[in-house]
Amino acid sequence: MEKLIHLTLRVWRQSGPDRPGRFHDYQSGPVATSLSLLELLDLVNERLTLNGEEPIAFDHDCREGTCGACGAMVDGLAHGPKAETTLCQLHLRDLADGGLVVIEPFRAWAFPLIKDLVVDRSALDRIMAAGGYVSVDTGGAPEANVIPIPQPDADQALAAASCIGCGACVASCPHASAMLFVGGKVSQLACLPQGQPERARRVLAMVAAADREGFGACGNHRECEAACPKRLSLRHLARMNREYLSAR
Amino acid sequence: MTTMPNAGLPNAPLPEIWARFQETSPLLSPANRAKRTILVVGTGLAGSSAAATLAEQGYRVKVFCLQDSPRRAHSVAAQGGINAAKNYKNDGDSVFRLFHDTIKGGDFRAREANVYRLAQLSNAIIDHCVAQGIPFTREYGGYLANRSFGGAQVSRTFYTKGQTGQQLLLGSYGALLRQTAGGRLSLHPRTEMLDLVVVDNRVRGIVVRHLLSGQVEAHAGDAVVLATGGYANLYCLSTNARSGNVTALWRAYRRGAWFANPCFVQIHPTCLPAQGSQQSKLTLMSESLRNDGRVWVPKAAGDRRRAPDIPEDARDYFLEARYPAFGNLVPRDVASRQIKEQCDLGLGIDGGRTVYLDLEDAIRAQGLTAIRRKYGNLLDMYQRLTGDDPANEPMRIYPAAHYSMGGLWVDYSLMSNLSGLFVLGEANFSDHGANRLGASALMQGLADGYFILPNTLGPYLAQAGPNPIDARHDSFRSSQEEVNAQLGRLLRIRGSRTAADLHRELGLMLWDHCGIVRSEAGLRAALAKLPRLREEFWGNLMVPGVGVDLNQALELAGRVADFLECGELVVQDALHRRESCGCHLREESRTEDHEPRRRDEGYAYVAAWEYRGQGQAPGLHREPLAFTLVTPGQRSYR
Repeated sequence: MEKLIHLTLRVWRQSGPDRPGRFHDYQSGPVATSLSLLELLDLVNERLTLNGEEPIAFDHDCREGTCGACGAMVDGLAHGPKAETTLCQLHLRDLADGGLVVIEPFRAWAFPLIKDLVVDRSALDRIMAAGGYVSVDTGGAPEANVIPIPQPDADQALAAASCIGCGACVASCPHASAMLFVGGKVSQLACLPQGQPERARRVLAMVAAADREGFGACGNHRECEAACPKRLSLRHLARMNREYLSAR
Repeated sequence: MTTMPNAGLPNAPLPEIWARFQETSPLLSPANRAKRTILVVGTGLAGSSAAATLAEQGYRVKVFCLQDSPRRAHSVAAQGGINAAKNYKNDGDSVFRLFHDTIKGGDFRAREANVYRLAQLSNAIIDHCVAQGIPFTREYGGYLANRSFGGAQVSRTFYTKGQTGQQLLLGSYGALLRQTAGGRLSLHPRTEMLDLVVVDNRVRGIVVRHLLSGQVEAHAGDAVVLATGGYANLYCLSTNARSGNVTALWRAYRRGAWFANPCFVQIHPTCLPAQGSQQSKLTLMSESLRNDGRVWVPKAAGDRRRAPDIPEDARDYFLEARYPAFGNLVPRDVASRQIKEQCDLGLGIDGGRTVYLDLEDAIRAQGLTAIRRKYGNLLDMYQRLTGDDPANEPMRIYPAAHYSMGGLWVDYSLMSNLSGLFVLGEANFSDHGANRLGASALMQGLADGYFILPNTLGPYLAQAGPNPIDARHDSFRSSQEEVNAQLGRLLRIRGSRTAADLHRELGLMLWDHCGIVRSEAGLRAALAKLPRLREEFWGNLMVPGVGVDLNQALELAGRVADFLECGELVVQDALHRRESCGCHLREESRTEDHEPRRRDEGYAYVAAWEYRGQGQAPGLHREPLAFTLVTPGQRSYR
């Protein structure tokens, strides 16, 4: 039989960027522990809708931990208490029966609030636009196996590339630093021969873009690594620092 | 009307058609490209690769997506890999063989020339993606690794562990962002296309709603590219992302674009089963698990023992029993159908709609370490989602709607019957026939975006000339008025049911009547229910809030309104196709041993439907399918 629990959701409600916000409590009623927390929010939203009230706005899409659209602070932790788990994969069985669950938006200077739990993370796109790619036009690529890449390098690059761009690293950092995010892309391309020609330019441009967007500097708190749903290693951030120093 | 759709194929032997097309098409000069504006809707693999490449070529490009970032598009979730005919494994692969497997996998309902071109371009995709720095999995020697996938007899699938879609998308997303710096490409995230503007049979632009402000805006262009993905969310619960919808395609259909083979929707056998009414998503478990997993149900209905307590002789390994040659590796449609039949007979686990996928024997034979090395991330994902450890008890799976092979009709240049409307990736119908092979979706999206459209758009524009109608034209204003009127109507009903609730009802009904197995009676029942459900929607919907704000309930309501109409076309298409084909079994079309029977004598064509107005039956155009390099045969897996 399905196990049922009861939760009180304390959710940050704010109708717009310039409007005052406040917490609002919602009772879950008896709900199956097999639900995800976002499915519980769906349920609360359907009840609110039928009462003619505005549902809680939140970003979400793939619901399988890959797209990076969802994200909120749950009891003070980005994506909630379970390690290596995006918000959409946090299930009620991971929470204590009868408990209070506090849900607030990611808060950072560079992530302005839009509505309720929805924040603007377009700054991450602008960092990527500064250099998070190899400048190769379609059409001129050499045969794929011309350049062998040692397997450990390819594995390192893939580990660095597993970032889903959710912003949990920023939200969990006391300095709202985006350095783990930047480090992932810089590290990926620094590990690969294809990334070499633009190696120095890339790291300088991406770090400058992060500064410009108002993200803080890394203070070695390592909260980002703990919060990252893909467990991006701090090693990539360290590699980015080396890249940055040698590029200057 | 019986206009014969014209695919616009150059007259040449199949392997030379694409080269002939490129050599004989007019070109558009770089100076003229800079004067043309292309509107690209959707930023999955097809949309982002097309937008990036067109901007590289010098076009002005505007890119629209409804997510907050182009990187969120659902291509990101593809796990398995991408096919290419490199023959790195020296196992007999070739362009011809990839073409042959794809056309056969599609059960001979795809256009031969398009599929041949897809196979020809497959290798260039891998070259380009490697040059972009996509970290494909490699062998010890540093060369690219390949695996066999989806029952293919050759190893032609390239992959980046279980995140191939994500890595390929990050590559095309990077290419897209690189073009924003040059100023030729502008990004419009959190923007949803709500209408297509057509004047004199030529597409002039689109009308969009900005999802944060709610403002309805017009954008004019010389061509419009729809790369908006598939419509498997028609069934409400599917493996697709929650925002997946048919709205862009449907609004284009209502403006005259033909919708081809809408009933071809793939049902994937190995997904997590639905639990309760609040479930939002049926997560796909990679079918690679069937390489080592055994599918079974208890032999006796009502056997409620826990799986480990059910002895071997009380288990029915029904795929192995029925298909000894292929066993658990039968194609997706066969597995889905058999699983459904077992559950319909009341043999599902606990009498419900779910069966076991069991790794127990593989773990015993190979050891848990070896199994974890192969499937570790999948086993972790299962445990995260269900709370159960597949090493201790078998996984529970059930089929779910996964991918739509149908889509807007396109000719060889990927242009719809409306001049200037191009349709790429899952949104078009062209390459997968009645069933898609594993690891072919990523290949098609990138072939369309990186290589095909950039070579077919110029020739079209060179002939068609610039679009003189700008966004101040009356046609844009009246379209904006219609869009605003519909949004207002949705907000004013103030009834007592949510769009999510009505979507669930639609999905369950279609799943029952127009899912894996279809029958004349069931389809007719669906046709009778759909108008009543639409009436309920427009009479009893509740959408809170206002239009000029971020209003996610309003967004969903608009999408469900279109699903309610599209569902009817899907059922009509399924009803008219009285054959078993690809991923669908038609009850009335079986062989003596109850296997599906395809009917080439009556149905070897693409069914392209034309909108004829509200309440009118749609018109049917048939594009006959001729095969010159392959001979259609009945699939048999016995």
